[in-house]
Amino acid sequence: MRTPDDLRYAKTHEWARKDDDGTVVVGITDFAQDQLGDVVFVELPEVGRKVAKGDTVAVIESVKTASDIYAPMSGEVVAVNTALESRPETINESPYEEGWLFSLAPSSVAEYDELLDAQAYGSTLEEG
Amino acid sequence: MADFPLIYERSKPGRRGAQPPAVREFDLAGALGEENLRREPPRLPEVSELDLVRHYTQLAHRQFSIDANFYPLGSCTMKYNPKVNEEAARLFADLHPYQAPETAQGALQLMYELQHDLCAITGMDAFSLQPAAGAHGELAGVLMIRAYHESRGEGEQRRVVLVPDSAHGTNPATAAMAGYEVREVPTGPSGEVDLEAFRAAMGPHVAAVMLTNPNTLGLFERRIVELARAAHAAGALLYYDGANLNAILGRVRPGDMGFDVVHLNLHKTFTTPHGGGGPGTGPVGVKARLAEFLPVPVIEKRGDEYVAVEDRPRSVGRMRSHFGNFGNLVRAYTYIRALGREGLRQVSGYAVLNANYLRVRLKELGFRVPFDRVNMHEFVAQPPEGLKTLDVAKALLDHGMHPMTVYFPLTVKEAMMIEPTETESLETLDAYVDALGQVLERAAADPDYLKGAPYETPVRRLDEVKAARQPVLRYAFEEG
Amino acid sequence: MRYHPHTPEDERRALETVGAGSIEELFADLPAELRDPDVDLPPGMDEAALLEHMRALAEKNSTRGPDFLGGGIRRHFIPSVTPHLALQSEFVTAYTPYQPEVSQGILQATFEYQTMMCELTGLDVSNASMYDGASATAEAALLAVRHTGRDRVVVSRGVHPETRAVIETYLRPLGVSIDVAELSPLTTAGLDLSDEVAGVIVQQPNFLGYLEEMRRLTDEAHAAGALMVAVVDPLSLALLTPPGAYGADVAVGDGQTLGNPPAFGGPTFGFMVVRQELLRQFPGRIVGQTTDVDGKRAFVLTLQAREQHIRRSKAKSNICTNHQLTALMATINVAALGPEGLRQVAAGSVERAHALAQRLAAAGFAPLAGSRFFAEFVLPVALPAEEVRSALARRGVHAGVPVPEEYGLGDAVVLAATERVSDDDIDALVRALDEVGAKRPEAVARG
Repeated sequence: MRTPDDLRYAKTHEWARKDDDGTVVVGITDFAQDQLGDVVFVELPEVGRKVAKGDTVAVIESVKTASDIYAPMSGEVVAVNTALESRPETINESPYEEGWLFSLAPSSVAEYDELLDAQAYGSTLEEG
Repeated sequence: MADFPLIYERSKPGRRGAQPPAVREFDLAGALGEENLRREPPRLPEVSELDLVRHYTQLAHRQFSIDANFYPLGSCTMKYNPKVNEEAARLFADLHPYQAPETAQGALQLMYELQHDLCAITGMDAFSLQPAAGAHGELAGVLMIRAYHESRGEGEQRRVVLVPDSAHGTNPATAAMAGYEVREVPTGPSGEVDLEAFRAAMGPHVAAVMLTNPNTLGLFERRIVELARAAHAAGALLYYDGANLNAILGRVRPGDMGFDVVHLNLHKTFTTPHGGGGPGTGPVGVKARLAEFLPVPVIEKRGDEYVAVEDRPRSVGRMRSHFGNFGNLVRAYTYIRALGREGLRQVSGYAVLNANYLRVRLKELGFRVPFDRVNMHEFVAQPPEGLKTLDVAKALLDHGMHPMTVYFPLTVKEAMMIEPTETESLETLDAYVDALGQVLERAAADPDYLKGAPYETPVRRLDEVKAARQPVLRYAFEEG
Repeated sequence: MRYHPHTPEDERRALETVGAGSIEELFADLPAELRDPDVDLPPGMDEAALLEHMRALAEKNSTRGPDFLGGGIRRHFIPSVTPHLALQSEFVTAYTPYQPEVSQGILQATFEYQTMMCELTGLDVSNASMYDGASATAEAALLAVRHTGRDRVVVSRGVHPETRAVIETYLRPLGVSIDVAELSPLTTAGLDLSDEVAGVIVQQPNFLGYLEEMRRLTDEAHAAGALMVAVVDPLSLALLTPPGAYGADVAVGDGQTLGNPPAFGGPTFGFMVVRQELLRQFPGRIVGQTTDVDGKRAFVLTLQAREQHIRRSKAKSNICTNHQLTALMATINVAALGPEGLRQVAAGSVERAHALAQRLAAAGFAPLAGSRFFAEFVLPVALPAEEVRSALARRGVHAGVPVPEEYGLGDAVVLAATERVSDDDIDALVRALDEVGAKRPEAVARG
């Protein structure tokens, strides 16, 4: 189970990455994609939508489940990964890179630091 | 070997099947207006009557059914569908819902008596036979609960419906459709609702709690009277999901346990056929204080006349057109009259006996039983450590038996829910145990064997991921 | 009667395995004070007595005689091969096809059904059926609300009164408002749509039997950003312009006229067919095509993540059971008739209904025949409608679905004719109407 050190994590298995231009890219972790199984569909938010930390922002469907994806930080959705419409399996293949879900212009930089680091997230997985 | 053809693939232009009455000469375009006529005819199958018969007969042979196979699906009550019920239903098939009510008194009398019979069986005071399925009955029930609280000025205050975490998916889906917020109450270690957590979740903001008893683990909620008391003390109502009624017929009644609203699944407890997915029937019953909210129409007896009454000002309204799934009401009525009071009581006795028999024998085989005590009409098990429920289920198909319910309830990992029903013999149950034994032996000798099962069925494991990623939901006629 | 097979020996053996002394012991968890209640039911019956009882009840009904009953349910020609095939025990006693490997019969038949409904309606995706036309229409209204995020729907008064009542039941708890678009006098007038309207719902042919201008109404709905939900008689689609062709977004209705007996109103089935774009918002089961591990074509329930057993409180609907068997009956019936046979049934009904209207006019009645109608139309009468219906029934003629007061047509009935109606039947109806004093010769003027 990969848990890259340079990312931040939420207990609900989302990862967040602060880019140079200040936007925060969000996706789901390797653990999450493994639990979900083969992804068949992704419901992404509309660009321009304002979200609060903890809001349901997206839904990822596998054959037998549908998982809510929560915003790890508050902000405005500035981009969504439209490539997932035709290839939802990208989330399984590359959860941290090509399988990114959406990016936010954060309204509070402090919220990024509130997220778990790789080690803390890894511990939550062990607790199970 | 070629794919089994679709009816469209057996079609040949110009072939005709049945011949309706000939149409007399007249100006169709004049009558309907040229602008209203279809330009392109629909592409429908053109087959001879024999081709039609071959196709749908062969399709029937590619289908498991209770009549041919053992179907111990937990929570579904797959009991025998008596053929006399079909004979009875045929006597009423030609009735039109809008014919003069004086010419349909037999049908209306049947419904009136069935309303009464269901009250007697459940301990409720009034019933509506309208809802077309269990989920539909649930919706009617929750809407009535809403109406009740609104009538007492507490509609705004009570926005929450509680359901156990082991509840069937229709319960929270229904509550949401009725505009409620759904909150889950945890199951305790005994497999029953955690009474302390229940009390803590209860309060003046709660409209209702939706329960089933026995619950979805097949266990009787022993503290139901206390649960009912706690809910009523807080002014909330109790809703009974009747899916598991087969376990308690004639032994104890939801009305007596304290439930205010009840729905039944006639296609479970009362033998109306499942039909490959429906039609079901989900009548809903209430205590007297909620009777004014029942969906319309309600069948009343006025003197010697049976009347369908629509003028009930506080009713939640209509749930569907006409009276309900009348054909199925006839079947259920026939079953209840066939068995009578004593017969219904025997149903629960043998249903529970059969289920416990299987629990003990499965445990002997090495299946894990998380709640190892006397269960009701169904029980939850898990395969031996290391085996997946899905694989065991698929392997059973090769033995000509339908698997148990899998992965429900969601609160038990690798859950298998098993409900044999009272209409199965011990020989059938023993054969089921033997088949499972063989599956376990095969799995031990060759771990990959199960992963590839089934091997003997008309088609083998399907690519469900492809079906969801690239949906093909209708036949693609060749263009041109 | 009893259906459990246990002999005393079976019972003894099972109890021994379980380790209980009696069946009663297995119910020890039940609260003692509630056990073994008095259940007020008559004793059971053997099969002969049972059937006698059922026949006696059936004898209190009467269906013989000429039949002109409509209101959305009609007795059409159904060839014997249809029930013979649909009621095979493998179809009747099967469960929902959750294990596709042993359910290809039901799954393939459903795929064929879905295809048939797409062809009839001219739209892209059909679900596997719903309870009835009325509840399917209500679910379509909810779909429009979900899709647009708006909170009003406009429903034509031409939509069946029972359907409108069900829409209200479903929408009221969610705070969605319903505006009624009036008829003027027999078809829907112009719609006055705000930008708050999620969907417009119009029935074709409407409850009174008349043809609406669906193209115009659809354009008006779309101009306001609303969806058009067409409530259609599926048999009429053998002849009439299908919803897809005039741009409707959703087609719903009751499938009874495609090949189920009237059954006192149920079970029939509801259908919903939508544009591709609405697929993810769409309620109900859906069957899709795929392959198995050997590469064989196979069918499976798909897109289940929309449904209650997965999404629970966030499902598109709480619907679980569908109306599989009655939808199967329609699928087989349409295949039995073929496109030409279906056309004949539809055209035959149109011809008979128009012949009836002409015969009534010739006899001095004033049927409302100025607007185009399909197989049903309105006949103003000189007595209250229920009285007319009862008086006709006493003369052995089944006719006269009452037109509710809300239509402002005074005392009036809806008459239907199917391809099964004979000239003698028509004569019998006209004669009976005359005898009971129902003739109202003046045309109805509606302000």
